[in-house]
Parts: sequence; structure tokens; C-alpha cells
Amino acid sequence: MLILTCPYCGVTAEETELQPGGEAHLKRVGPGGTDEELEAYLFDRKNAKGVHFERWRHAYGCGRWFLAARCTVTLQVFGTYKAQNTHPPSDIVDSIRAARPDWTPDWTTT
Amino acid sequence: MTHTPPFRLPSGGRRVDRAWQLPFRFDGRHLRGLTGDTLASALLANGQMLMGRSFKYHRPRGPVASGAEEPNALLGLGQGGRFEPNQRATTTRLVHGMVTRSQNCWPSLDADIGAVNSFLSPFFPAGFYYKTFIHPRPFWKHVFEPIIRRSAGLGRAPTEADPDRYEQAYGFADTVVVGGGIAGLTAARDAAQAGGQVLVLEQDSLWGGRTPVDHAEGQAAIDALLDDLRARSNVTLRRNTMATGLYDHGYLIAREALADHDPNQGIPRQRLWRIRAGHVVAATGALERPLAFACNDVPGVMLASAVRDFITEYGVAPGQRIVVVTNNDDAYRTALAARAAGLDVPAIIDARPVADGDLPRAARDAGITVLTGTGVAKVKGHRHVEGVALCDQSGEGRVTDQIDCDVVAMSGGWSPVVHLYSHCGGKLAWDAGEAMFRPDPDRPPLGADGKGNVTATGAAAGDLRCAGDLERAEGATQPVWVMPARAPYKLRSKMWLDYQNDVKVTDVELAAREGYASVEHTKRYTTLGMATDQGKLSNINGLAVLSEALNQPIPATGTTTFRPPYTPLTLATIAAEAKGEAFQPLRKTPMHAWHEAHGASFEPVGQWRRPYAYPQGAEDRHAAVNREILAVRKGVGTLDASTLGKIVVKGPDAGRFLDMLYTNMMSNLAVGKCRYGLMCNENGFLMDDGVVARLSDDTWLCHTTTGGADRIHGHMEDWLQCEWWDWKVYTANLTEQYAQIAVAGPQARTLLERLGGSIDLSQAALPFMQWVEGDIAGIPARVFRISFSGELSYEIAVPANRGLELWERLHEIGQDLGITPYGTEAMHVMRAEKGFIMIGDETDGTVIPQDLGLGWAISKKKADYIGKRAQRRLHMVDGKRWRLVGLESIDGQVLPDGAYAVAEGMNPNGQRNVQGRVTSSYHSPTLGRPIAMGLVRHGPERMGQVLDFPMPSGQVMQARIVDPVFYDKEGSRLNG
Amino acid sequence: MADALAAIARVPGLGMITIRADLSRAGDALAEAAGLAIPDVTGITTDGSRSLGWMSPDELLLILPEAERAEAQDALTQALMGEHGLVIDVSDARAVFDVTGPHAADVIAKLAPVDAHALRQGQLRRTRVAQTAAAIWRIPGGFRVIGFRSTADYLGLILTNAALPGTQVAPR
Repeated sequence: MLILTCPYCGVTAEETELQPGGEAHLKRVGPGGTDEELEAYLFDRKNAKGVHFERWRHAYGCGRWFLAARCTVTLQVFGTYKAQNTHPPSDIVDSIRAARPDWTPDWTTT
Repeated sequence: MTHTPPFRLPSGGRRVDRAWQLPFRFDGRHLRGLTGDTLASALLANGQMLMGRSFKYHRPRGPVASGAEEPNALLGLGQGGRFEPNQRATTTRLVHGMVTRSQNCWPSLDADIGAVNSFLSPFFPAGFYYKTFIHPRPFWKHVFEPIIRRSAGLGRAPTEADPDRYEQAYGFADTVVVGGGIAGLTAARDAAQAGGQVLVLEQDSLWGGRTPVDHAEGQAAIDALLDDLRARSNVTLRRNTMATGLYDHGYLIAREALADHDPNQGIPRQRLWRIRAGHVVAATGALERPLAFACNDVPGVMLASAVRDFITEYGVAPGQRIVVVTNNDDAYRTALAARAAGLDVPAIIDARPVADGDLPRAARDAGITVLTGTGVAKVKGHRHVEGVALCDQSGEGRVTDQIDCDVVAMSGGWSPVVHLYSHCGGKLAWDAGEAMFRPDPDRPPLGADGKGNVTATGAAAGDLRCAGDLERAEGATQPVWVMPARAPYKLRSKMWLDYQNDVKVTDVELAAREGYASVEHTKRYTTLGMATDQGKLSNINGLAVLSEALNQPIPATGTTTFRPPYTPLTLATIAAEAKGEAFQPLRKTPMHAWHEAHGASFEPVGQWRRPYAYPQGAEDRHAAVNREILAVRKGVGTLDASTLGKIVVKGPDAGRFLDMLYTNMMSNLAVGKCRYGLMCNENGFLMDDGVVARLSDDTWLCHTTTGGADRIHGHMEDWLQCEWWDWKVYTANLTEQYAQIAVAGPQARTLLERLGGSIDLSQAALPFMQWVEGDIAGIPARVFRISFSGELSYEIAVPANRGLELWERLHEIGQDLGITPYGTEAMHVMRAEKGFIMIGDETDGTVIPQDLGLGWAISKKKADYIGKRAQRRLHMVDGKRWRLVGLESIDGQVLPDGAYAVAEGMNPNGQRNVQGRVTSSYHSPTLGRPIAMGLVRHGPERMGQVLDFPMPSGQVMQARIVDPVFYDKEGSRLNG
Repeated sequence: MADALAAIARVPGLGMITIRADLSRAGDALAEAAGLAIPDVTGITTDGSRSLGWMSPDELLLILPEAERAEAQDALTQALMGEHGLVIDVSDARAVFDVTGPHAADVIAKLAPVDAHALRQGQLRRTRVAQTAAAIWRIPGGFRVIGFRSTADYLGLILTNAALPGTQVAPR
């Protein structure tokens, strides 16, 4: 059973205090989106084996949604960070790279 | 050779107190044991070697081991609700008056009819069931499976409720040491010195593991460590606690026995510990392996360490003449212990060509015959060991000599208990020197930080001589997987690997011949290691036999996966406090006690309990519902609506936010007014509905369904925190702050006006879909003119602490108006009479508002709302969807809820095509006939058409498509 | 019969106000209105009569005698005048229990996935107690546990069961 540290209140909570929310950093597709974009937004998931970014809510605690970078194979937690990030922040990226030198981000920051 | 008394030795037995005898019963016989005995030692002390029957062949069996690895001595304990099957006699502490019985035998342990299977064993090889019962196909379900099921399973589950209490507790420690032997206690001392909280768990009631048994100075060494640890404030020592499993991120489960089998203490029987460990030290020791020689399952063939334990720990002689068979030095301790206890040890049979270490020398010095290079060709005896036939270990089993004896103490070497290390991904390495798998320190299980979080130490790490200075130099173990090495089929087919499941050397070889190269497949094909002992004794020997049959080294075969729990957990400890009234939280409204006192029949709605109806006198629920509906339609009724979700949404961006959340416009709702709103998810599907009231310029109150309150509040927070975090909106879930009472019926206004207060309830002052704040009967209240019944209706929200007061007051002053409390079923029927949808009835997560004729509640003006884009997908707009209609049954019967309307033709599975289904169906007392709603393809365009609904009975019910509003289409009753 | 591990007592008559605001902007004004210092993250401040708990980065809970609730609510609303904020009465939405006695921490340790013995004075831990949400903090002689009103019977029952005499968790 996982433990994650909420970046808002600093509490290290166990899985039963948290609510999972699926893949992180999805970009909402509104009325202007094409069918393909909508499909990707609603259904296409990376289902990563390895480094994965995901949403969790500290449901039995401060109620905040936060994001976690985690390895789906070893369950190593590289870090947690606030939901108001469109991409994982640099300290999280550094922490992942320290543990997984072969890993590279699959997004470009502008 | 006969098995003869005395069985209790005149002296010795570290664990037993000879001053205190304990009576107990075994299969109806009255026996006596001593305080400190296990059930196994007490039975042995009474000369009862036969303790069970094997699963498949019903072979007579006695105990093999003295601890948790015991596969044979499984008994049923206790009576009535406290009965427990499959309890290991070797780890069950004897309690005064204990009632025990043997299993898997009929009519008795001694004369078991099922033992006929044993004679048929040549016809039941591995895979027998798979091969035999496959044809003819229909026979499996109707003939073979029922027969096999009846004979399957060890023991019988109790049918009465367990009267005992169980509990759980959460523990936290920087270091948890599992195992209180010399290695564990040493590791605990080291960890404590380094700092941090240290927790030591020991499965046994005594500390020290094997050290005090095996070494003269052992107890002193253990005591010194314990003194050191007890003096430290950062160390907790917990006995009688079995660590059964290690899970992700250092989550360790352990079971503490508090009052096992002794219900008279008034405390919980067991406590399940849920421990978060920073680091785990696995000091779980090692288990001795049996040797595979012919008839090694005859009662009296035991592990050498178990024989030693019974003698030195319990003062019990498992037999009078003990032959030791070994491939290592450690088993010599058993010969020495037996001799020291005054028992006869005619010989030590050592498979190794040479045995000249300290222990063999000591044995020879004690005058014990040591036969090296020798093996056991066969054990003689059926229900009890009578002797052994000896042979050359390297040969084919030609008998060279025979020795009479009543116990065979065997040792095939030791296997580290690697379970905890393996449960969470730690890898093992093959140690060819000691012929064992041990934890690979370079590939440990990982914690949340990606670093190893388990260390093995002592025997559990493969350091079998870990008692340090205490342990004398021992000679090397020589792997012996089959005894003798070139035993022919006839002998191999009598060598048991898995005692409980009756898996023999030849079964594993057969699996290999039939192509089961993977150890995981072989395990399942042969059932090796799948019994209640989970292969603690059979695992390594089985792997070795398989490897030999596959002609590959053991590491190439690998091991099966070690899965928790190490020993079985009772279901009751897993449930713990969650039983009876505390099974789950029951949410109760402020008026719950009144409902109970007035005969409410409750129904669960999520965790809430809501009155379904209030049957009076001899009335059944159905009659009560009809009476309640008519009372509301003709007079006035009250519904406890407190469970409805009530979420306040406030802020400068609240209107904009609600416009995104609801399909209709909420930002333009005037203060003081209410609007019915629909909420969809991003897939476009309807997820909740309810009335929204605008409280002030920047504040809205959103009502949700009963089941939706927490979910919708979470949904709002999700969007506010993760998508529109720069919008200035605060939400608060006030569901439980208010009691809410719906007062409905033509007399509703008359009734409420009698209460007095500051609120003008007239049509002019408070028209439909408006709300007002004030006091009513002296209670601060918000009154909403909304209606789910179609009648003149007010919903009154007051602080929860005043809810009961208002409810009771209404019932006091409304007697002459025929005021009637009504339940959820009356509410459901009345809304269906009006054609109102219900989330969860008309919706199932695949229904869009447009399907339900709710297009009017979808704003055309808004550029966006959650679900808008998805509702434009082709299959949402292509006109082929099932849409809401009313259904009028032709023959006057109520259609079954969920019934399907069939269409022409068949689908590819050979089933009738369908074109719709019933979503709500009731008898309407108002109309005196059945009503139903359903979703039907092109439904609203097919008014008047008749649909067929085939029933499971073969009957076909028919219904006509009609308008879903059955009652008061004009809505004239809303205003009373 | 031995004594229960702790006395379990429902606490009536408490007023509770939920405050949501940007605490970095409005903290001083709120502290003055509440009469208590703004607690640190996951903290709770108290003067013995009133307590102010940190619930979330933008949420506080003021607990005070019910008689003082209306006035405090007005003062807090005034303090947030001109700010984006929410001040709302939640007194009736909660059930409050005091768990007091020599082994009160054991009772908490049996039900909540938190290190109850290590919980510090002035620390407010929001978590679950068995199957229901709760907030827990130390009070003189034990702990205060706040849950939801609707599950008060459940909360009282599981706390009482966990306090059964003779069931302290210290090894025997």
C-alpha cells in the first residue's frame, strides 16, 4: 500500500487516505476540438511501464488534488507536486533523472 | 516395533509446567496435557501420533514438524461459532477444556473409508482430474464437478457467527525486526544503537528461536540481549505476533494472538497490526527440509528438529527408538538430545560419505552408531513407523540392513525463510554450497525512495551458523533430493514431496515428461505447494526433482512466487471492528430516531438509511406506499429530504463556474430563484441533477442527489483546483448542516401557515421555483418552492439540530389535515407519475440529457460546458439513440424493472436483438394502473406502437409507447 | 473488570465556523476576528475556550462555544469584507467526541492510520477513523475527534469498542 506526501499540507498519507485520479497533465479539449483530439483527451492513456505522472487527492486530509511522479514497476516515488503545474517541475525531473538516467521528458516546455 | 508409553519424559521440557495439567478433548476422548504444551505435544504425550489424513489419498498422518510449517497435523478446533478448521496442532497452544477433532476422515480417523483412494493411487497421478473429467463435456457441470466439490476441501467451515472480538492497530517504526531469535535480537540491538524506533516481532511466546534449544549457553546469550533491549526506550518487543506479509512501501501486516482459543478473557482474540516500517529486518530463520525416501509419510517420520523440539521443549518422547537420517551435521543434535533424554538411538544414517565434524564425533563418543554413505530404502509400517530398511545412498535401493524403530528423524538440510524478502519483489540467489535459495542482498525489495527496504539476517539470510561463537564448526550439507540417489520408479512413487496434497516425486517427474517446464505450471498441474502450508516443506525438494527431470540446474528452474500471508489469517481479523452494527458507517438524518419509532422500513441509499415507507399495523410495504401516495395527492405528506446534497458555491467567478458545470445557464439565475440543473461528465453523460438556488449576488446553493453529494463536491473541487485554479470560487459541502423536509400536497400551504413565522408562503409572495429565508415556528429556515411530486410543495431547510423539532411540530399540528410521513418509494412513484427522471434509474452512465427529453435544460447560448463537446460526437446526434418514453402495459401487469424490448432478428451471439428497456416501473395508486418509463430506439417518434418484452418464464409482456407524463400533464396541481 | 482504555464522551454545544480565504492576505484580519493566532500548516491554536484549526491551504475551522458563534461569524465576515472569502456555520454538520484517559492514544491507534502516540500538541491531523473521515488533535488528557454528524453513532460505537478494557496495545 503506497504512501505519498501531500505537497500542500506536508502530511505523508497512506493510500486509504487518498483518492486516485488517473493520468496527470491531460489538456482539456473543449468545443473547438476535433474528434481525434477529443478521443485522445478522453481515452488515450500512456499506461506507462516505468516513469508515470498521476493525479491523487488527499481526500481524507486537506482535500487537495496533487500530482505524483512514480515508477509503475518499482513503485519508487520520485516526488509529489502541486496540481497547478502544466508539466512536472524541474526538481521532479531532476529526481527522476537521478534514478532513471535513460529517461527523458516527452513534453516540451515553452 | 510398537509405539509404547511412557510418552511424557520424566524430566525436561523448557516450555511446560508439570504442576498444571490441562484437560482437553480429541475426537471425543478426554485427554490431559500440561500448561505450555502445544496441541501436538499434548497429543504426542498421550501417545496419539495419528493426527490427520492427507487430502487426496486419505493416508494416515502424524506431525512432521513442530512449528508453522506443519502440513499434516491440521485439526478442527472449538465448537459452534468458535469452530475453526485446519488449525496446525504444532502452533496451537493447549488451553483448558479445548475441544478438538480430526479432519478429512469418515467415519473416524482410525477407520477412514476415503483411504481406499490410497490403494487406487496409481490411477490418480498428477493431472488426473484435468485428463479424466474433460469428456463428455456436459458431464463436467452436472456429474463430475458436484462429486469433486463434495470431496474437496480440508475441514469444514463453521456455519454460526464467530462470537469473538477482533481488532486492528496501526504501528509505526523506523526499523521492524521480524524474528526474535539470536539474529533478530542482535539486529534489533544494532538498530537501536543507531537510533530510531525499533519494533521486534516474534511469532512464538518465547524469545530466542532455536538458539536456546540447540545450544547449552543459548538461553544466557538470548537473555543478555533481551536485558539490553528492554533497557532501551526506543525498542518495543512484541511476542505472539506473526508477520504474515510485507507489501508496498514497507507496509507490514502482522497478527498478534491476544486470547487465541481462550474466549474467557473478555478481550479481542486477535489483533491485526498494520505497520509502516521504514526498514524491515527479516530474521525469520530457516526451515528444515524433509528427505525424499520411500514411505516418508508414515506417522513417526518427522523432521529431526521437530523430534528435538518435542524432547527438549515439551519433555515429550515422540517414540522410544529413534533413527536419525541426515545429510548434514545439525541433525546429530537430535540424536544427542534423544540419547540425553534416555531414549534409544540405534543409528544415525548419514547420506554423506564422510561425517567427521564435532557433532558426529560427539555422537560417536556417546556410543551412537553412525552409518555414512547410507540411505533409507523404505520406511516400514503403515499407521506407524515400525522400522527402516537401509541401502547404499548411491545405489538403487537394494536393502542392506534393517533397523527396528518407532520414529525416523530426518533432515535434508535447511532452507532460509525468504518469504518476507520475496513478498514485495526481493530476489533470491541459489547457494550451491548449502543447497538453498537465500535473499540476494544486491536485489532487495524497494521502498518509496527507491532504496532497498528489507535486509535479511541470520539463518534467513542463509547464514545457517549464525549463533556465532555458540555454533561449533559443522560439516557441509550434501544435497540429497532423492534417497537413494538412483531409486527406481517403485520407490520414487512412494516418496512424498507435498504431504498435505499428496504430491510425490513421480508426480513432478510426470509433469516434466508431459512438458511442464515452468515451475509455476508444474506447481498448478501437480498441486505441489498449493496446500494450506503453501509448500514450506516441499518447495525446494520439488524444485530439485523438477530440475533433475528437466536436466537443468536448480537456478534455471527458479522458484515459485512467495505470496503473503506466510500463515493463514482469520477473516475476522481482516474485518476487525467492521462487523455487526459497525460493519459500515450508517448515516442517519436528524429525524432518524423518529422514523424508527414510527415503524419506518428503511432502505440503504449509499451509506444513508432512508425510510422506504412507514407500514402501519398489519400493512405490508406495498400497501404503505400506496397509502402514502394517496395521502400526499389528497392532503399533505412530509418526506425527510435531509440526505440531499447541499453545496454552497461562492465567489466572483461562481456564476461562470456553474455555467461550466451545469448544462444550463446558472449565472443568469436571479437572486431568490431556483432552477433545475443537469450535470454531465466530460463524456457527455448525465451524472447528477438537482435544484440550484441563487442565494446572493455571488453565492449559489447547489442541491445534488443523495448519493451525489460527496462525489459532486469532489468533482467541483477537481475542476477548481486542477483546471480553473485562477477562478475565484469557494465551495462548502453543507449537506449535514441542514435538515430538509419536503412538505407536499394540496394542504401543504395550509399546514405551513399554521406554524407561524416571518415567511409569507402565499402564491404571490413565494411562487413556484423561488425560495425565501426567514423563521418558521421560531426556527431559522430557508423555504424552497420546488416539487418532485407534482403537488404544491415546499422544501424547508433548518439547522440540523432543529430538524426533529420542526418535523414533530408539523405532525402535531397537521393531524386534522391527515398529515402522513412518506418514504422514498412513494417519492419514486410520484415522480414517475409525473415523468420526472431519477439519476440511477433513467441514467446508467451511458445516457445523455438529450436521450431523456431534457434538451430544454441544455443551454444553446453557452460556448462551453463540461460534456458539450462529447455530446456532439456522431453517435450522440445520429438519431439512433434510445430515448425516454412512457410505457403502458397492455394486460395491466406491472412490467419488470430492467426488462428488454426485443426487435426483429438475432445478434451474432444468437440472442434476440433489442430495441429498448424499462428504466422505472410501478403500480400507480393515483391512476389505479401500472406505469413505466423506458428508453426505446426512436421512442418519441413511435407513440402508440406496441413492444414485446419476453420474460424468463417464456411469457411475453406487451406495452404501448406513450407520453412519459402520466399525471397532471398541465402541471395545475403545482399551485395547490 | 478493568477500566476502559479511555472515556469516550460526545461533546455538545460547540459552534463551528468554516472560513475559506487567501490566508496570506486575510490572515491578520481573521486572527483578530477569531481572537486566535492563525495556525501553522496542519496546526491548531487554542486559548482553552476557542480553537482555530488549519484544514486546508485556504480553509480554517473555528471551534467555540455555540453561544459565541453568531457574533464570531459576523466578525469574521466583516474581516473578509472586500476579500474573496467564505464564512459559514457548520456547527450542526459535525459530531465531536473527546477520548480521554491513560490509553487514549491506543484508541486512536486502533482506528486511524496515523502515529497517534507521536501526534504532537497543537497538531491537527485530518484522516479517517475506520471508515469515516475525521480530524484529530490532542486536548488535555487525550484527544478530540471530529467527524460527521450523520455517522455520530458509528463513530461513538467504534471508539467505545476500541477502548474495551484490557486491550491496551503495549506489549504484555
